[in-house]
Amino acid sequence: MRFSRLTLTFGVVLGAASAHAALDTSPLSPTHPDWSFEGPFGMYDRAALQRGFQVYKEVCSACHSLNRVSFHALSSDNGGDGFFTDPQVKAIAAGYQVEAEPNDKGELFDEKGNRLKRPGIPADHFPPPFPNEQAARTANAGALPPDLSIITKARAGGSDYVYSIITGFGQKPPVGFTVLPNKYYNPYFSGWNISMPPPLSANQVTYSDGTKATVPQMAHDVVTFLSWAAEPTMEQRKSLGFGVMLFLIAFSGLLYVSYRRVWKDIH
Amino acid sequence: MAGQSTYVPKTGFTRWLDARLPILRFTNDTMMTFPTPRNLNFWYSFGGILTFMLGIQIVTGIVLAMHYVPNASMAFDSVENIMRDVNYGWLLRYMHSNGASFFFLAVYVHMFRGLYYGSYKAPREVLWILGVIIYVLMIATAFLGYVLPWGQMSFWAATVITNLFTSIDQILPHTGTAVTQWLWGGFAVGDPTLNRFFSLHYLLPFVIAGVVVLHIWALHVPGNNNPLGIDVKGPQDTVPFHPYYTVKDLFYLSLFVILFAIVVFYLPNALVEPDNYVPANPLVTPPEIVPEWYLLPFYAMLRSIPQKLIGVIVLFGALATLVFVPWLDTSKVRSMRFRPLAKQFFWALLLDCVLLGYLGAHRPDAVFPGTGIPMLPFARLGTAYYYAFFWVILPLLGLIETPRPVPATIATSVTGSGVEQVNAPAE
Amino acid sequence: MASTAAAEPTRRDFIHVATGAAGAVGLALLAWPLIDQMNPSASVLALSSIEFDLSPVQEGQQVTVMWRGKPVFVRHRTAKEIAEARSVPVSSLPDQLARNANLPDSAPASDQDRMFKPEWLIMIGICTHLGCIPLDHQGDYGGYLCPCHGSQYDTAGRIRKGPAPENMYIPPYSYLSPTKVKIG
Repeated sequence: MRFSRLTLTFGVVLGAASAHAALDTSPLSPTHPDWSFEGPFGMYDRAALQRGFQVYKEVCSACHSLNRVSFHALSSDNGGDGFFTDPQVKAIAAGYQVEAEPNDKGELFDEKGNRLKRPGIPADHFPPPFPNEQAARTANAGALPPDLSIITKARAGGSDYVYSIITGFGQKPPVGFTVLPNKYYNPYFSGWNISMPPPLSANQVTYSDGTKATVPQMAHDVVTFLSWAAEPTMEQRKSLGFGVMLFLIAFSGLLYVSYRRVWKDIH
Repeated sequence: MAGQSTYVPKTGFTRWLDARLPILRFTNDTMMTFPTPRNLNFWYSFGGILTFMLGIQIVTGIVLAMHYVPNASMAFDSVENIMRDVNYGWLLRYMHSNGASFFFLAVYVHMFRGLYYGSYKAPREVLWILGVIIYVLMIATAFLGYVLPWGQMSFWAATVITNLFTSIDQILPHTGTAVTQWLWGGFAVGDPTLNRFFSLHYLLPFVIAGVVVLHIWALHVPGNNNPLGIDVKGPQDTVPFHPYYTVKDLFYLSLFVILFAIVVFYLPNALVEPDNYVPANPLVTPPEIVPEWYLLPFYAMLRSIPQKLIGVIVLFGALATLVFVPWLDTSKVRSMRFRPLAKQFFWALLLDCVLLGYLGAHRPDAVFPGTGIPMLPFARLGTAYYYAFFWVILPLLGLIETPRPVPATIATSVTGSGVEQVNAPAE
Repeated sequence: MASTAAAEPTRRDFIHVATGAAGAVGLALLAWPLIDQMNPSASVLALSSIEFDLSPVQEGQQVTVMWRGKPVFVRHRTAKEIAEARSVPVSSLPDQLARNANLPDSAPASDQDRMFKPEWLIMIGICTHLGCIPLDHQGDYGGYLCPCHGSQYDTAGRIRKGPAPENMYIPPYSYLSPTKVKIG
């Protein structure tokens, strides 16, 4: 028994080491689904954003923070870059409990030592699921679920990569590859051993617009939402860019004609 | 050409002002009537483009500083606040971050143009050296600025580059460490480092602007070189700067700005390492540390040398070499148009720098994909060629090369002997 | 140049003028983001209205809340204070306008026009003289006394004595419920 446990331990260590030596565990290149926001004219699909927000809220937010996104960013009113109306945003914010300011007695904690909370307002940011990194690691077998605010810009491969990770579970590991304890096989992840359990299963959320909640559908929606979260100003950027390009091309044309005319008597 | 002013004040006020502060006379003589060789091609428009980019960087930088917080715990979030909540913050930040790349793109074109047409040769040595100083200041400014967003790449770039100074320990024990701690204001890169980097990042562009004034002053004493590399012989060789070169420079500038706008509006993160969107973490180094593209050739040189101090010397030596170029080139002819051998070595140098840039983006132990050929020998060869070009080839070529005949004047070359076409596609 | 310009002056001029005009327009458009970035950002605007619960504020008490970086006084007035304030004829006031953002600019400075409910005075607590913050329940009128230059306000925040030219301002606010107000 003792011997076998020892071998097991060694086996895991050596297995991991030899897997690295024998198998190339560099990640597969991400799959590339169609994104509505690709290309110079691509914009975010509003319905997908709302569904994706629902997936984030009901699934991802249990472990992953969205620290840099504020509730007011969700608003599309008054020229906002979001996809909800102001009253909807207010209701969404009020559904979250954020850390309260000191109360009239200057207290931050109640008698039981719990942090005082209050309902969120649009000016607040999404509250994190764990109070600090240590708490997050303790709850996740030592792994730290990354903040998702700018995840599609913070990973090579961007939206494709995040989509591939979410949908890349459930495949059979190749012979000779050892899935480490508390890890899961995901060939799109560097080293193939990922700490995140498969996050999505079919019909995990119920979409109010009747869309069927398959894993690829939910993954596509939530990655659309996360791409928006990483860069809510993308639509402004592309539409302003179009005007700027038109102007610059016309201006260059004018300058060219001016230039030829000025130089006419020199050539 | 300098010294004879053509300015005639026309109104009472301008006469009054001219007697007290001849600023209009100065502007007129340097930017309007300044006699400029009539055969300057596309590649000569990059001086104007660089001035424009310096202006863009300073203006967007001042504006970004109104929102940025130089504090280790707030810097990253303040940049995100700029990107998300500040009106047009995303535009200003993308202009500034990509502006650095376009600034360097333009400066490299400008430098290689100077090398090709021999613009560093007498009487323009000081002009060239001032340019090298501007380039070094640009590198310092860009490095300091890269640290400010306080992402993973920022933090580790700061760590790696400041650690270069610890190599001094190998000649003067403890001195390098002391210098490095002085730079950091601590025992590692941290909040004090970020604060001083921000201060210096704000300061240096104005120093650059000052040196640019000297650079332009030094240009206006001998006047422009030109693609033929021959001296201006008289008024028939020149045109007034305005409108001829103002409109030509503006046209090429607007083409350059189109490129810039494509990147800013449609590919704003193409030149950014994704790791820099991860907040700085002093406990985890990203798997691949690479500088921005414009510093990759130097990084390849550093990494190709296995010995720490020598690597650092080779890195800084590559920059210092540029100062000596005016005296390393022994040729009597300026422009490489008339130097068949030098021209080939020049293009080899350009390719060498591109190759070093490619190699600098990969680890020293990397192999060329799909071939299994290791990169390290090529990085060493590339480094060797860079040094050889300036210290061996350039001095020797002047002695052994027979230049092709050089036209007598710019005007004859233009009007017709067929030797050169003024607006021939630049080579 | 002069001779060729004479040959076809209008077309030649037109091209240069058009180019110059386009350049000027381009520069002006480029200037806008540089100017607009100094306007309140989205995160600042998100805080431009706040909600406040009146129920904990006891009669005779005043609390100060921060709204758009300014102090807003929320004062639960006593019956005596209300009676005093209501008995003052508007014609005797130095500033006879209500200064109430919820009413037209011409509204008179009657106590009724300074608030929606007589018990609740909700007012920007900044002296209209030079921007100091007055002390509450002080001065000859039981209202406010500005420590900087001695301006005195009554229990409706109206200037009664001293250098301040105007009554203290009433911010835009509304009742979301009998005990909840939204300021801004």
